[in-house]
Amino acid sequence: MAEYVWLIIAIPLAGFLINGLMGLSSESYRRQKSVIGWLATVAVFVPFLISLQIFLSMNAGSEATVVRLFTWIEAGDFTSEIAYRVDQLSILMALVVTGVGALIHLYSMGYMKNDEGYWKFFTYLNLFIFAMLNLVMANNLLLLFLGWEGVGVCSYLLIGFWYGDIKKSAAANKAFIYNRVGDFAFLIAMFLVFRTVGSLDFDVIFSNLDLFQGDLAFWVAVLMFIGATGKSAQIPLFVWLPDAMAGPTPVSALIHAATMVTSGIYLITRFSGLYMTSPEAMLLVAVIGGLTAIVAATIALTQHDIKKVLAYSTVSQLGFMFLALGSGGFVAAMFHVVTHAFFKACLFLGSGSVIHAMHHVEHELEHEGKDVHFDPQDMRNMGGLKEYMPSTYKTFLISTFAIAGIPFLSGFFSKDEILAYLFNAGLGEFGAIYFALWGLAVVTAFLTAFYMFRLTLTTFHGTFKLPTKFKGAENAAKYLHESPASMTIPLWVLAILAIFGGFMGVPEFFVSTFTGSESNVNWLYNWLSGVTTRAAIILPLGVKWILVAFAILVAVAATIIAYKKYDNDKGEETDAAIKQRFGGLYTTWEDKYKFDEAYEASIIRPGFKLSDRVLAVFDIKVVDGFVNAIGSIVQFFGSLLRFVQTGVIHTYAIAFVLGVILIIGLLIF
Amino acid sequence: MIGLEWYLGVSALLFVIGVLGVLTRKNAIVVFMCVELMLSAVNISLVAFSSYMGDVHGMILVFFVLCVAAAEACVGLAIVIAIYRNNITADISKINLLRW
Repeated sequence: MAEYVWLIIAIPLAGFLINGLMGLSSESYRRQKSVIGWLATVAVFVPFLISLQIFLSMNAGSEATVVRLFTWIEAGDFTSEIAYRVDQLSILMALVVTGVGALIHLYSMGYMKNDEGYWKFFTYLNLFIFAMLNLVMANNLLLLFLGWEGVGVCSYLLIGFWYGDIKKSAAANKAFIYNRVGDFAFLIAMFLVFRTVGSLDFDVIFSNLDLFQGDLAFWVAVLMFIGATGKSAQIPLFVWLPDAMAGPTPVSALIHAATMVTSGIYLITRFSGLYMTSPEAMLLVAVIGGLTAIVAATIALTQHDIKKVLAYSTVSQLGFMFLALGSGGFVAAMFHVVTHAFFKACLFLGSGSVIHAMHHVEHELEHEGKDVHFDPQDMRNMGGLKEYMPSTYKTFLISTFAIAGIPFLSGFFSKDEILAYLFNAGLGEFGAIYFALWGLAVVTAFLTAFYMFRLTLTTFHGTFKLPTKFKGAENAAKYLHESPASMTIPLWVLAILAIFGGFMGVPEFFVSTFTGSESNVNWLYNWLSGVTTRAAIILPLGVKWILVAFAILVAVAATIIAYKKYDNDKGEETDAAIKQRFGGLYTTWEDKYKFDEAYEASIIRPGFKLSDRVLAVFDIKVVDGFVNAIGSIVQFFGSLLRFVQTGVIHTYAIAFVLGVILIIGLLIF
Repeated sequence: MIGLEWYLGVSALLFVIGVLGVLTRKNAIVVFMCVELMLSAVNISLVAFSSYMGDVHGMILVFFVLCVAAAEACVGLAIVIAIYRNNITADISKINLLRW
């Protein structure tokens, strides 16, 4: 079955080429919106079915199958193949990418219906799926890097999708440039790997992992991690992700929440064997993850833009995943990647549904002749939407419960596993730091539940606030409506996954405590045990249960507090009260810790100054001067020699004859 | 039997006449005829050498030269006509736009 893997890659590529070329060449094709949309959706759904087939034909013990298509690059001893690896990890990622991808394609057909660039949007989306599948299925680092850069390009194209708005294209540039910093480190890591084992093939690298020792292992691990901080939006490179929300909402859901941003976690999980040999690198990963989680969570608390809250929430959850990686819970990190893909995609799509509705209101008001302009993403203008958009509300609420870690929804299991691993790491080397990180993670978990309910309650509960806030919008409520089925079906599917997704990784001890015997309920752990390593759990059973109870307590407490503070339109006063309570600290959160300003002051402005004062002067005076001097010399001699050209044909003929005579004379004498 | 040197003499004479014509005459058509004269001189020497050395290749080459010369005459005359239409003159000393 695995030999059909090339189809998984080729079909989205075909979708991209057909829609792209037809759309480019034919105006009338661009108007065939349902053809374009369905073609693109099917081009992702069919690979999903194929992945599912491959998945079903495998079991936890299956050997990795490598499908080699052809040699891509051959130079000296270096060869790189277009080869895809089918193992438990890659097929899991492929299922998430194509599954969530297909749902979001379907959703986009509703969301982008009235957009002029409809064909372009779906072309880019297919290209993204193609690149992402290359990333997760690749059997060597170079092909992985191709996918890595490919998703970066698609992210750039889609963030700047409405490039007429200079802010949006600036956001696209920002994302691309910040990623470039990480990619540079990743490239160096690749060079080091190649120098050490002489190949970039995963098989060769994994069978020679013992060549990586001491400092080398540390540096390769750290450089790869820096690459991951770029793509997966961690401190210090996370600032691009919130700005990336300038793109259409389905893009935010697919690329900037469910799939692309998790590729850093995938990369580190893939190299879990390497990371386990360097505890210092693991610690660094955990510390960065922990800091990112708390920083992003506190910023999310202060945002009013519905998508910005979700963006910071994504950064924070990615931090959680890195915490898991850093404490040796590679499976736990992948678990959170999968569950996060479900509930965060659902949340983003839900927010898209809300924004869609708010846009519609603005549009209808304008139609009515009322000049009302408001930010359709600002949740302070919303409220009470649950009556108008029941499906969106219910799915959004389910996902909020899931992300908050309310028991037995998907987020509960995955977050719990991460906290357990952190606590477990606290018993090992660098214990104190890991305990501190555990503390940070618990605080973050509390904040996560709190700001997510703040978002949900302010948006969907209470009363619709637009009519009271804007003159002329008094009857705006009548224009609110639920989104079309193409948008609500994906929401429901994702919400159901967000409820039940957690059962793929039910912790072993949940069952074994009661039955008293090994039960093998943790499907995900069994599934991935062949392809990843992980730290041994040395926690006693009692501690595990205490941790679970504590996590439940934190999540429920946060939920209840948020409910009390934010239900019934108390949102703005509560925000004000929190601001009062935390004072300067809150201002720091609101200012996003001034990361952007710090980069502006320390890198961008000195860079501009250097260019302006030194490099530009050098260029104009020295480089240009040299080039111009050569030009002037040639010009001077030309001005003397040009008189040879008389324009009279006889002059040339005489010169010609004399020349011939001269040559013959030389030959004879 | 007339010796080879006589043929070469005629050829040289014709060639020099052609060169002098090209150098001194101003009418484009006359200059052109002189170029043809030079070509004929070369043809005579080719045929003469060919006969002298008993090698037919030289004669075959002459046919090619004649063909090319015919084609060249065609193009050349067309250029002369084009120049004349533009300048109302075929005096090549007056056609001197391409200079400093």
